[in-house]
Amino acid sequence: TATMGASQTRSEHKHQDLVDRTGFSLEQIKNLHKRFQQLSGNEETISKEHLDSIPALANNPIKKQIIEAFFDKRNQHQNEVGSFQEISFEQFLMVMSHFRPPTLKTTEEEREALRKEKLRFLFNMHDTDNDGTITLEEYRKVVEELLSKSGAIGLEAAKAIADAAMLEVASTNVPHMAPDDFYEGITFEHFEQILKGLEMESRMHIRFLDVDTSTMRCGKSTS
Amino acid sequence: MKCRYWVTTVNGNVVRTDPEPRLQPSESNLSRTQHDHGSSITGIPIVTFKWPHVEDPYLVALWILVAGLSKMVIEANHHVTNIIPESALLICFGFILGGIIWGADKVQTFKLTPTVFFFYLLPQIILDAGYSMPNKLFFSNMGAILVYAVIGTCWNAASLGLSLWGCHMGGAMGDLDIGLLQYLLFGSLISAVDPVAVIAVFEQVHVNEVLFIMVFGESLLNDGVTVVLFNVFDAFVSLGGSKINAVEIIKGIISFFVVAFGGSLLGFVFGLLISLLTRCTKNIQIIEPGFIFVLGYLSYLTAEMLSLSAILSIVFCGMCCQKYINANMDESSVNTVRYVMKVLANGSETIVFVFLGISAIDKAIWVWNTGFILLTLLFIFVYRIIGVFILTWILNKFRLVPLEVIDQVIMSYGGLRGAVAYGLATMLDDKKIKEKNLMVCTTLIVVYFTVILQGVTMKPLVTWLKVKRAAANEVTLIEKQQNKVFDHMLVAIEDISGQIGHNYMRDKWNHFEEKWMSKLLMKPSARKNRDYIFSVFHQLNLKDAMSYVAEGERRGSLEFIRNETSLVDFKKKFGAELSEAIPDIMADTSDDYGATSCSIQFHTRKHPVPSVSLEMHEQTMKGIRETEDINTHHLLQQHLYKGRKQHRHRYSRSHFDVNKDENEVQEIFQRTMRSRLESFKSAKMGVAPPKHITKHPKKDHQQKVKASEFIMLDNLQHSINISFFQCCHATGT
Repeated sequence: TATMGASQTRSEHKHQDLVDRTGFSLEQIKNLHKRFQQLSGNEETISKEHLDSIPALANNPIKKQIIEAFFDKRNQHQNEVGSFQEISFEQFLMVMSHFRPPTLKTTEEEREALRKEKLRFLFNMHDTDNDGTITLEEYRKVVEELLSKSGAIGLEAAKAIADAAMLEVASTNVPHMAPDDFYEGITFEHFEQILKGLEMESRMHIRFLDVDTSTMRCGKSTS
Repeated sequence: MKCRYWVTTVNGNVVRTDPEPRLQPSESNLSRTQHDHGSSITGIPIVTFKWPHVEDPYLVALWILVAGLSKMVIEANHHVTNIIPESALLICFGFILGGIIWGADKVQTFKLTPTVFFFYLLPQIILDAGYSMPNKLFFSNMGAILVYAVIGTCWNAASLGLSLWGCHMGGAMGDLDIGLLQYLLFGSLISAVDPVAVIAVFEQVHVNEVLFIMVFGESLLNDGVTVVLFNVFDAFVSLGGSKINAVEIIKGIISFFVVAFGGSLLGFVFGLLISLLTRCTKNIQIIEPGFIFVLGYLSYLTAEMLSLSAILSIVFCGMCCQKYINANMDESSVNTVRYVMKVLANGSETIVFVFLGISAIDKAIWVWNTGFILLTLLFIFVYRIIGVFILTWILNKFRLVPLEVIDQVIMSYGGLRGAVAYGLATMLDDKKIKEKNLMVCTTLIVVYFTVILQGVTMKPLVTWLKVKRAAANEVTLIEKQQNKVFDHMLVAIEDISGQIGHNYMRDKWNHFEEKWMSKLLMKPSARKNRDYIFSVFHQLNLKDAMSYVAEGERRGSLEFIRNETSLVDFKKKFGAELSEAIPDIMADTSDDYGATSCSIQFHTRKHPVPSVSLEMHEQTMKGIRETEDINTHHLLQQHLYKGRKQHRHRYSRSHFDVNKDENEVQEIFQRTMRSRLESFKSAKMGVAPPKHITKHPKKDHQQKVKASEFIMLDNLQHSINISFFQCCHATGT
């Protein structure tokens, strides 16, 4: 029990550190830590397979993209690129922090920063080769995943839809394209502009509860 | 437990102290006409003036006409309606009309009885509200709406009743014969925010959708509470103060749950019924719309019969069935339903407000008690503000997106009372409640105050406070897709983080709905086409096709080449990468016009470019080109529609969405093409040609030109068909 006590205080310190870095509350971090351990089977790190095996995610069309996002180094805000094989709890939290809602106390600059972060997260999800633009190929992949799973639309149609969307974007972005112009792709600024109307930053929240809900989801936990 | 209807019929038939409306046929009239026939006549009358014969329907029709005319007068000048909302103007008009009637001393011809209001005027307004409700928005804010509706209304009622009683005890009201229970009864009837008034005022203001849905949703759902409170306190008043004990109070609380949930469930069941019906009405499309109105009305009446909340019933009926009937019913039926709903709702609303104005002439209710009336006005205003702010403060702890202070101000200011309160007031039994006339008078004054004053000042207030307004842009395809990506992403994060969230619930519901309910309630053909993004894409295809035609035409006539290797202009326009995309639109057309030898073979995606420019021989084109160009251009412009814009939802009573179904464009396009092709085919095949194509040699040229143009258009049509059907077939027939 003495060692348990010691390790507990150690993790408390770590958690406190994380509170400052990610903005979650101590309670929320504890809950997420429990969930992390559930997913990882009490290991220190989780790999893609762990996330893949969550049964509820099976129906999700963009499962692959989401899982990639967790392992994407760009979402760790440390100016690295590439992807991890496994992530630790801290990195897991960093990704989760993108979905933290602003409270009434967040200032305007903080809100602005949050907004950019969230948009950057979305952008990274599309821009898999990290060249700063979402090209047609990349966009197609996302749309295909998105629509093909829904069952109503075939792969060909999904491709055509992606193309049409890009066309639409191209025509609004560069309305009078010269005959030899070539539309590269959607840049981050343009992405921001497109989504301004949707106010993603005010919708990109998950309610992180202070209560432990891991026991409430019977049948959903990976054991 | 009493329900509304009974009180009035008892009043109406037995006691005739109030001037009865001649809007209901009564036995005396019938007997009178019979009597007329029976009386002695001295000769054969050539023409007689049989007023009593038509009196009742005539008056009804006349009043409707008057209401319509007043609306016409009011809408004639938009400068006025921009400042003063329509509802306020209609009430003022009602005042004027009331004055005229009073002057003509024909007070008996009119009265807005509760029966007429609750049975003939209110249901269609609420049905329209339910049918046009943005479901997703409503349900995502359901928690907050319920809190405001239930707790807010209870708070309003209790605080008002108790405060008034307190003041009464303190002597501020002079000598009134009202007990605590009656005060509470009065509080309950006047505390409810009125949906009709809210729509009427907010329609002109266009605040952001969350704010709107809060106030509007609250006004609809609080009926559940109002009915219960009214009936409970009415029963208490009848029982007398001594008989009230804990059992009765508990019964009251239980009745709330029964009334509210029962009403909603009933509405839901009727909504399902309607959806099922529309699934099978393929052969009687002409009366399809009728079912919806009749069943909607029945849901209202059934709830009323079972003393459940009728408004809740009809709202949920409308909300539940909207998706399915829009999918199942034929294009024109959907339009009919939408249009008729708006006509009925608009008309009823107009009549309601005009009659509210005219009601002021009833001398019986001219009872003035300064304390009572002024205190009521004050307390209503103040307690609404307090209630909203406290509840929002609590709610903001749980909401992801907190409601701002400015929105809260508008919400409290937007708590308008309206005709429902007046209707309830006139339903009070004046034997038990001695001061009924005072209460009716107060209610009327409160209604006038809120609708006119608060209605007029709402718009300036919204502008002054810089409330966030509704976005009114066209939503692009990419935005729609991002929305979808978004929703899925949120669900995924919730799953990963192990939370049961709001998104998770919604996702589960969507799955359930897709799997079970749509299978049962939607026609199979409708189910295939229902994907939202797909329909937008289809529309975009059409738009592309049309703009292509316009583009080709602009470049100096529609030139058609039977050339398989010519390069597509698209490459220049949209970049090499994207040209691959376009081939989807220009799919393989098979050789069904083989006999005509005008068929074109397209190559699909594998080859760099399909040939889309078709060119005719220069000689034949030269002279005729110019005129043909113009003709063709006009032809196309006439029969092809411009791309339709998709508007975001904006709740409006009179200017509803212009967004017609894109199938209509497709249909008309096809129909036009088909008819032209028919005429072409028959001419070419030597079959008896339609009259407008002659064998004149000059016209032959025209025919040839038309032929190629038809080919192009035909191929466009084909390709659009094919891409459409490909997608349809791909869904797995």
